[in-house]
Amino acid sequence: MADAIEDHGTSLWKDAWIKLSKNRLALFGLAVLIMLIATSLLTPLIAPYGYETQNLNMGATAPSLQHWLGTDIFGRDMLTRIMYGGRVSLMVGFIATAVALVIGILWGAIAGFFGGRLDAIMMRIVDVLYALPFMIFIILLMVVFGRNILLLFLAIGAVEWLTMARIVRSQVMALRNQEFVEAANSLGLSQWTIIRRHIIPNTLGPVIVYTTLTIPSVMLLEAFLSFLGLGIQPPESSWGLLINYGVETMEEFPWLLIFPGIALSLTLFALNFLGDGLRDALDPRTSKD
Amino acid sequence: MYRFAISRLLQAIPVLLMVITVTFFLVHSAPGGPFSADKAVPPEVIKALEEQYNLNQPVWQQYLNYLGDVLQGDFGPSFKYSGRTVNELIAAGLPITAELAFYAMLVALSVGITAGVGAAMRPNTMQDYLPMTGAMIGICMPSFLLGPLLVLIFGIHLDWLPVSGWGDIPGDKILPAITLGTGYAAYIARLSRGGMLEVLSQDYIRTARAKGLSERLIIIKHALRGGLIPVVAFLGPAFAGLLAGSFVVETIFQIPGLGRFYVQAAFNRDYTLILGMTIFLSTLIILFNLLSDMLAIWLNPKLRQEIRGTN
Amino acid sequence: MAILEVNGLKVYFHTRNGVVKAVDDVSFSVDRGETLAIVGESGSGKSVTCYSLLDLLPKPPARIEGGTALFDGKDLLACSASEMRQHRCNDIAVIFQDPMTSLNPFLTIGEQLIEPLIYHPDRSQIQTRVEAKRTAVALLDEVGIIDSHARFDCYPHEFSGGMRQRVMIAMALITEPKLLICDEPTTALDVTIQAQILRLIKKLQETRNVAVIFISHDLGVVAGIADKVLVMCDGTIRETGGTDDLFYRTQNEYTKKLLAAIPEGAKTLPNRAKSDEILIEVTHLKTYFRNQLNTNNSEENRYIKAVDDVSLEIARGEILGLVGESGSGKSTLGRSILQLAPTTEGSVKFSGQTLTGLTAKQLVPWRRKMQMIFQDPYASLNPRMTVFETLSEPLLYHGIATWTTIASQVKQLMDDVGLSQAQLRKYPHEFSGGQRQRIAIGRAIATKPEFIIADEPVSALDVTIQAQILDLILELVERHNLTMMFISHDLSVVRYISDRVVIMNRGVIVEQGDTETLWAAPKEAYTKELLAAIPLADPAAERKRIANI
Repeated sequence: MADAIEDHGTSLWKDAWIKLSKNRLALFGLAVLIMLIATSLLTPLIAPYGYETQNLNMGATAPSLQHWLGTDIFGRDMLTRIMYGGRVSLMVGFIATAVALVIGILWGAIAGFFGGRLDAIMMRIVDVLYALPFMIFIILLMVVFGRNILLLFLAIGAVEWLTMARIVRSQVMALRNQEFVEAANSLGLSQWTIIRRHIIPNTLGPVIVYTTLTIPSVMLLEAFLSFLGLGIQPPESSWGLLINYGVETMEEFPWLLIFPGIALSLTLFALNFLGDGLRDALDPRTSKD
Repeated sequence: MYRFAISRLLQAIPVLLMVITVTFFLVHSAPGGPFSADKAVPPEVIKALEEQYNLNQPVWQQYLNYLGDVLQGDFGPSFKYSGRTVNELIAAGLPITAELAFYAMLVALSVGITAGVGAAMRPNTMQDYLPMTGAMIGICMPSFLLGPLLVLIFGIHLDWLPVSGWGDIPGDKILPAITLGTGYAAYIARLSRGGMLEVLSQDYIRTARAKGLSERLIIIKHALRGGLIPVVAFLGPAFAGLLAGSFVVETIFQIPGLGRFYVQAAFNRDYTLILGMTIFLSTLIILFNLLSDMLAIWLNPKLRQEIRGTN
Repeated sequence: MAILEVNGLKVYFHTRNGVVKAVDDVSFSVDRGETLAIVGESGSGKSVTCYSLLDLLPKPPARIEGGTALFDGKDLLACSASEMRQHRCNDIAVIFQDPMTSLNPFLTIGEQLIEPLIYHPDRSQIQTRVEAKRTAVALLDEVGIIDSHARFDCYPHEFSGGMRQRVMIAMALITEPKLLICDEPTTALDVTIQAQILRLIKKLQETRNVAVIFISHDLGVVAGIADKVLVMCDGTIRETGGTDDLFYRTQNEYTKKLLAAIPEGAKTLPNRAKSDEILIEVTHLKTYFRNQLNTNNSEENRYIKAVDDVSLEIARGEILGLVGESGSGKSTLGRSILQLAPTTEGSVKFSGQTLTGLTAKQLVPWRRKMQMIFQDPYASLNPRMTVFETLSEPLLYHGIATWTTIASQVKQLMDDVGLSQAQLRKYPHEFSGGQRQRIAIGRAIATKPEFIIADEPVSALDVTIQAQILDLILELVERHNLTMMFISHDLSVVRYISDRVVIMNRGVIVEQGDTETLWAAPKEAYTKELLAAIPLADPAAERKRIANI
């Protein structure tokens, strides 16, 4: 038979992208995120000054052409410090989220797919951990073991995986009872093939959305701890730490508070808008009109 | 329902025991003893101190002693505040932090629910966009940034409100309560909007309309109960968050509450105080989680009856 | 005298993808005490027409573009919000389709019943709680709620579907409306319950002399209760007239098509069970599920006995109809035969080979020989796979096709199920329900199975599409010499397609036999009740049937 001309359909991913690209706030968020990542990667190359370069003659000057965002009390360039701080904040955000993602997906997928008693035990553990006051525990860890950045990743990741596990589990549970998975079963496909071809692609949407929303909450947690002096320690820097310094001198030099604050808020904005946009775009309920 | 509550309370006991155990051994595995960080102290003084605090006993012995004391509600003496017990310090800080948390929750619930329900009633209009943009700002403006900014604007520039203390000058409770409550108001606004939108799209709301009920009655009687269940379930985690937030807010506004004690204890390495407060706060948080869970269940007649059935 | 007169009604939906003319220039009238049926398939605009009268449509996207709807001389489309509340409270009531979702789960049914009386917009008509409760309890009695006084304080989840619909009916009637709109009030219910509800509506309508607009997709359901029928399609009226005229002297092509699509009468194809070879042999099969909501721990209630000691045989080439109402265990039986649900006891043999007890791996070669078609064409296809991927998966997995032959084999499948080859690269959401069901059928026949279980394959489809899919199934059974078990709640469909019928209720087989024998002389009371509950698309016969329930 002669090859008929085939219409190429629009996959749900493409559909979602079309919807996302109509959402200006989400696009703005995406743009900010890409810019931030690029800046963070290139910071050592493009930062206008050295990170520790002090210029005591220039102690705490207001923004100027020379120093766009002013200098701190030691005469260090704020733009440079914010760029370096952003590197650390973003890194914490991404790595701790990755930790949460790996544990959460594995835990949730196993519990949801196998179900039964295993599921009951695994989710009971999650429930118990949920009831624990993690913020206090993280502070305790930081106090006891010193302010170790690696520990910080692990501790934050350990908190955030719980929600991810719940989301993935409920997705997998719902999918497992879907007729198309039953159809795959009746075709005799192996469990692994079913997971790979039918379950995973359909859980990706919520996972992507939640990941996008976890990154800002992790960054917030890190900033919170650093602000209290219990997170990132000098000479490393982060936005939370810069805000902490800024607060001490905000009466005389408000820009030392305002600029790191804007950097943090703007990033949180961007990621949250992107997350919200992705949620709307990937929600099958909105795909009908 | 009572039996259900009691069984849930009993389930919390092993969790609490775990918290006590983990916290105790974490603190005791800390590198360096509580007195080693200070200036050179004569060894005999350290020895005397260790004896005073029973630190010369084996760890498991200390653990059992401590467990026994905690079960009797005694958290022991503070390392750093000499002559004061942890219980005294908690008793001093708790009323202040509780009051702060209460006002913050009041701000969060009243502002959050009003904004969220209002937005859900007219989605995709200004009545929706404005509060939701505000909520987004609230979420992206953490308390440690919002607090200083409020101080800068209302305390220093406009000089309207006092910027520190608690109960010393009239009006000094306003800024801390707003700082602590804003983030949760934002979350609650988003949660209640989502919950209300979900409920308002249900068939039974259409039924209520078809019966000729007024829009106000439909919202209050038919929609709020279902729509606010997510908010009720969030109250437990929100309470935990408020306690953690009080660490920052009490530090910024120099309020002598539990949060400030905790942060200071963390810096002073006041191990008994940290240990005692961690256990105390954990118990509070676990109890509040339990309460908000049960409230959410109680609001749903179907779940309520299933629980009755299991008893 | 007409109580409602609708003229030139136009309702458009303004969506991102343009304007949809949901209702386009519709006119009709209803007299006092008269029943008007509006019949149409999904998307015909029948519900939109009625909801627009009571301002119940979501606006936006809906917008009323023109027309008038005079109720007792007053235009419903032009009245203010408070006037509309008056109408909703005094004049017009609605019974919605799904009784499971149309009652508020957070309030007792009593509270929901008396609401319009105690919160009436007209202050002079407000009743006290006690008065309202008296009215409500009497009405609950009238609609057949037993122990109405105690049930008044129960929540909706404590009622079965049929009972909830009775509560909905009481709720609609409590304000003594002059016009009652019934939007598919029996579609979500089992056939025996449907018959009771139809009769109840008919009785209440006669005693109260209320005008009724009865919306339905099923001409059979309206034949016995309607005085006038309006047939709608794509937002316009296709035919309108007295019930007898419309059924016996049909004018319009579309109405004829609708009537022809109703499966009626005996199977026209010859009985296919020629061979004596038994393909499927089920002996003493039990499938129990652990009772999740274990309210008391007695041995009796610990398990839900979905399938309880069922034995049956299916001969090669036969189409066996499996009939039962919701909760009868018919779907579980199907899944148990295919080893998709874990069986508790008993055995299933496929052409002599025992399947029960085999491991997943051992089952793989047998899976190829038996397939399943599912009910919901929206849930049975993986939304992230193209049609090509869906259809090629079984072929490649079972080694029936290679990468070089796959393209032509998948195209062959598309031909088989009547889909254009040009649509191979599309995704499920780009197809209609009927087309999706064709894809699902294509997937089921891809491995050239000998045995197929079709689980309610047409119940989610419109009646004209249903007829096409049924014919496709019959054609494929013939062409590929398939054996089939056809599960359905719809007796007419089963009669149209099956050679032999098994009736199931509460996990056990009630009766079985050759289709026409069983129809002519049912032995068991339950079978008789089921058969008597089938609505007939013949007004005279249907009226007689309803009167006798």
